[in-house]
Amino acid sequence: MTLDAIDRRIVQATQAGLPLVPEPYADIAAALGLTEAEVIARLAALQDRGAVRRIALAPNHYALGMTANGMSVWDVADDRVSDLGAQVGALPFVTHCYRRPRALSEWPFNLFAMLHGESRSEVEEKRARVAAILGDACRGHDILYSTRILKKTGLRLRDD
Amino acid sequence: MTRPLRTVLPSDALDATDRAILNALQDGFPLTPRPFDDAGAALGIAGADLIARLTRLRDLGAITRFGPFFDAAALGGAFCLCAMAVPPDCFDTVMTQVNAHPEVAHNYERTHALNMWFVLATDTPDGIDRTARAIENETGLRVMLFPKLEEYFIGFRVQA
Repeated sequence: MTLDAIDRRIVQATQAGLPLVPEPYADIAAALGLTEAEVIARLAALQDRGAVRRIALAPNHYALGMTANGMSVWDVADDRVSDLGAQVGALPFVTHCYRRPRALSEWPFNLFAMLHGESRSEVEEKRARVAAILGDACRGHDILYSTRILKKTGLRLRDD
Repeated sequence: MTRPLRTVLPSDALDATDRAILNALQDGFPLTPRPFDDAGAALGIAGADLIARLTRLRDLGAITRFGPFFDAAALGGAFCLCAMAVPPDCFDTVMTQVNAHPEVAHNYERTHALNMWFVLATDTPDGIDRTARAIENETGLRVMLFPKLEEYFIGFRVQA
């Protein structure tokens, strides 16, 4: 997929967030010298093509009391991982649930699910719920707690 | 604007309407001329009230982002989760070397022999390998790549 120059300018104008004003798309349009209708149509087209996954809010888990986060990792039978991954991803406390490649022999895990909770014991309870869903399709698992955020910035397109 | 990442809000900071907003707007936001009015109507509040509450939630640090979420691959770029096993006595040096790359979007210290986990976000697919090799050359340590092969939906809900 390629973005044309106008799409790219819209991405750059909105990647830090939408303005919190009654007519945000008109604001963006005015800044870019476009019409509101064109900004809306182009964002809708980007959404249809999957370049915009969704327009939405991302909560700050930590600020909301979810101070424990564990990256749970699972070694799930290849022929069942897609089905079971979808069930795990649907759990309300799971974010960022992905199938990723194993790195044998040191890393046997192919399903990654980020678990959030108010404490590690709450995360452990949630881990047990994931384990129950995976059942005998899972041959091993681990959980990696984050001890420090070393860096956090968003996706940024270069200004070029 | 500074948003405190690692501060927990007092439990009375959010009321039921704030929690309903946090839950509802994770799923999507209208592409209409007056989207706050439309999203507010579904929540039983006026658009101006929704804007005021989102502004407050953002300033409190309860929201990390509000706007379009772009797919790096669809924009012609790539994302990749990476991990390194960093010896404790050179952890801070390696952290500085890794974080100096603008392609490193997030970086977390985690409880595992693979103790440094970061996400690379690059403008082009070959930027992932190039950046990983550069980090290996600078640090003398191996960078393991865990690209996503499949994604299962992302959900997170605060208790309403």
